[in-house]
Amino acid sequence: MNRFYGAGGWSAIAAFAAIAFLVFPLLSLAVPQGSALHVSQYWVTLIGKIMCYAMVAIAMDLIWGYAGILSLGHGLFFALGGYAMGMYLMRQIGREGQYQSELPDFMVFLDWKELPWHWWNTDQFWWAALLVVLVPGLLAFVFGFFAFRSRVKGVYFSIITQALTFAAMLAFFRNAMGFGGNNGFTDFKRILGFAVTTPQTRIGLFMATAAALLGTLLLARWIVTSKLGRVLTAIRDAEARVAFCGYNTVHYKLAVFTLSAVLCGIAGALYVPQVGIINPSEMSPANSIEIAIWAALGGRGTLVGPMLGAGVVNGAKSFFTQAFPEYWLYFLGLIFILATLYLPQGLGGLARQWRQRRA
Amino acid sequence: MSASAVAANESATLGRVSSGELDTTHGAVLYLEDISVSFDGFRALDRLSLSIDVGELRCVIGPNGAGKTTMMDVITGRTRPDAGTAFFGQTIDLTRLTEAEIAHAGIGRKFQKPTIFERHSVFENLELAMKADKRVFSTLFARLTGEQRDRIAETLELIRLQDSAARTAGELSHGQKQWLEIGMLLVQEPRLLLLDEPVAGMSDEETERTGELFLSLAGRHSLVVVEHDMAFIERIARKVTVLHEGSVLAEGPMAQVQNDPKVIEVYLGR
Repeated sequence: MNRFYGAGGWSAIAAFAAIAFLVFPLLSLAVPQGSALHVSQYWVTLIGKIMCYAMVAIAMDLIWGYAGILSLGHGLFFALGGYAMGMYLMRQIGREGQYQSELPDFMVFLDWKELPWHWWNTDQFWWAALLVVLVPGLLAFVFGFFAFRSRVKGVYFSIITQALTFAAMLAFFRNAMGFGGNNGFTDFKRILGFAVTTPQTRIGLFMATAAALLGTLLLARWIVTSKLGRVLTAIRDAEARVAFCGYNTVHYKLAVFTLSAVLCGIAGALYVPQVGIINPSEMSPANSIEIAIWAALGGRGTLVGPMLGAGVVNGAKSFFTQAFPEYWLYFLGLIFILATLYLPQGLGGLARQWRQRRA
Repeated sequence: MSASAVAANESATLGRVSSGELDTTHGAVLYLEDISVSFDGFRALDRLSLSIDVGELRCVIGPNGAGKTTMMDVITGRTRPDAGTAFFGQTIDLTRLTEAEIAHAGIGRKFQKPTIFERHSVFENLELAMKADKRVFSTLFARLTGEQRDRIAETLELIRLQDSAARTAGELSHGQKQWLEIGMLLVQEPRLLLLDEPVAGMSDEETERTGELFLSLAGRHSLVVVEHDMAFIERIARKVTVLHEGSVLAEGPMAQVQNDPKVIEVYLGR
C-alpha cells in the first residue's frame, strides 16, 4: 500500500471518500431544501459529471502522460460507453414514451417496425454493462493493433484518432444507424427500476461515480508504480531501446490504449444517466481536444493533476457558460496557451516545485 | 531446420528467455559463413566468414566502410543478409529471428551513442533491462526477487555505479552512461556481447577502466569489440580480425596482424 501513496495521499483519498459517501449524500437528502447547508440537485449533477470527466482525464494521463501517446479520439470511447448505457435507458422507458410503443420514440418516428439487430438484449442491464466495456475496448484494440503495428507515432497517431472520432460523429448523425441521429437518446425514465430524476437515484449515481473514480485512480496508480509503469515511461522516452531490452512495445502500447478506452467507456456510461442525454456532439473533435487540455493543464504523468485539470476546466466552463457564454472558447484557448507557455508541467508540476522550494 | 531450432524459435517468439537452449558443444558461440549484403549495388559485406569462440574477447578493426556496423546489424537481425548463414551456437538461425527474439536468445548490443532511459534512476535502468519474462501481464505483476536485487547490486559494483543507484540516469557523465549501458547488457545475461566503439568520448582513465572491465568479462561472456582506438585495442586484444571491403583481410594475434603487409597497405594507403 505504501507504494501507492504516502500518508498525505491516503488521507486525501479518505477525505474524498468521506465527503462523497457520507457528507454529500447527507447534505443532499437529509438536510431540508430551505437550509443553507442543503446541496441542490444542480450541484449533485455538476460534481457527478465532473467526476466522470476526471476518470477520462486519468485514462488520458495513462496513455499520454505515461506512454507518451497523444490520443485525440478519447471522446469517442467516452461517447460509445454513453451510447451503450443510453440504449439500456431507452429500453427502460418502455411504453411511457410519447408514442406509447415498446420501440424507442425515434424508431416509431422513423416508422421502424422492430428493433435493429444491434439493439438485441439491450433491455438487460448486464448486457448493456458488457457493451460499455467491450465496444470501446474492442474498437481501441483493433484500431490500436493496426496503428501500432504499422509504427504510426506522434502527431500522425493524434491526427488519425481525431479523424476516427470525427468519422464516428458523422456516422452517428445518420438516422439509419439506429442511434437516434442528431437528437441521440434522451427522456430517460428509469435505471435498474429506479426513477432517474429522484434525489435518491441521483445520489446513488453520484456515489457510484465516486466509487468508479476512486477505483480508476487506484488502478492507474497501481499500474504506474509497477514495473509495467516504468516500461511505459521508458517507451515514451526511448522506444527503440525498450525493444532492444527484449520488450514487445506494440503489446504494451496496445494494452494501455485499450485499458484507457475501457475506462473512458465506463465514465461515459456513468455520465449519461446523470446528464440525461447522449448525442453525437460528444464525439466532436473539440471534445477530445478538451480532454488533452485537462491533462496538459493538470500536469501529465501525475494522475491527480489531470483529475484536477478536468475539475478546474469544467468548473470554469460551468461558470463561463452561464456568465459570459460567448467567451468560453476564447477562455479555453487562453488557458491552453498559458499552460503551455508558463506551466509546461501543469498544476501538478507547480505543486511539486512549491514543495521542493519549501523542503 | 532441426527440431531443437524449432523449439528455440518458438520460445523466443513467445517472449520467454531461451538462452539456456544455446548449444555450444562445438566450442563456438557465433558462426558467420559467406554473408553478403548489398545496398543499392554497394557491397557492404562480401562473403564474410567469421567464428567467435565461447568466452572469447575478439576485437574487430577496419577502415571506415569496411562493413563493421553492417556485420553487427546482421547478427542482431537489423539487416537481413542477401546470402550466407548466421548461426548462434549450433542451432539458432539468426537470419530467421526478429531483433527482440535475438535479444532474448542472448545477444546484447551496445550502440556507439549511449542510449539509456535518461529519466529513470540508474537502478531502474538495470531493473528494466534485466533478464525476465517481458510480456505485459508478467511485467505488471513483476516483483524483484532477492536474487535479482543481488544481481543488480553486483552489476552496479562491476560498472562502478554502486553509489549512484538512486540517481537519475540523465545526470551521469558520458563515461558513466556508457558503463550503465554495458551494465544493462550484462543483466540481460547475454552469451554474446557486441560493443560498437565502447570507449568513444571517454577520458583516458575511463578508457583504462573499461578495458579492465572487458578483460574481466571475457570467459563468462563472449565479446566482440569494434573500435577505432588502436591503443585501446592493443591493451585488450588477444585475437584481432581486420575487415576490409566487406570481408576478412587478416586475423590473428595483434602483433601478427600489425605486421601483416596487406593490413599495413590498407591502413597506410598505397
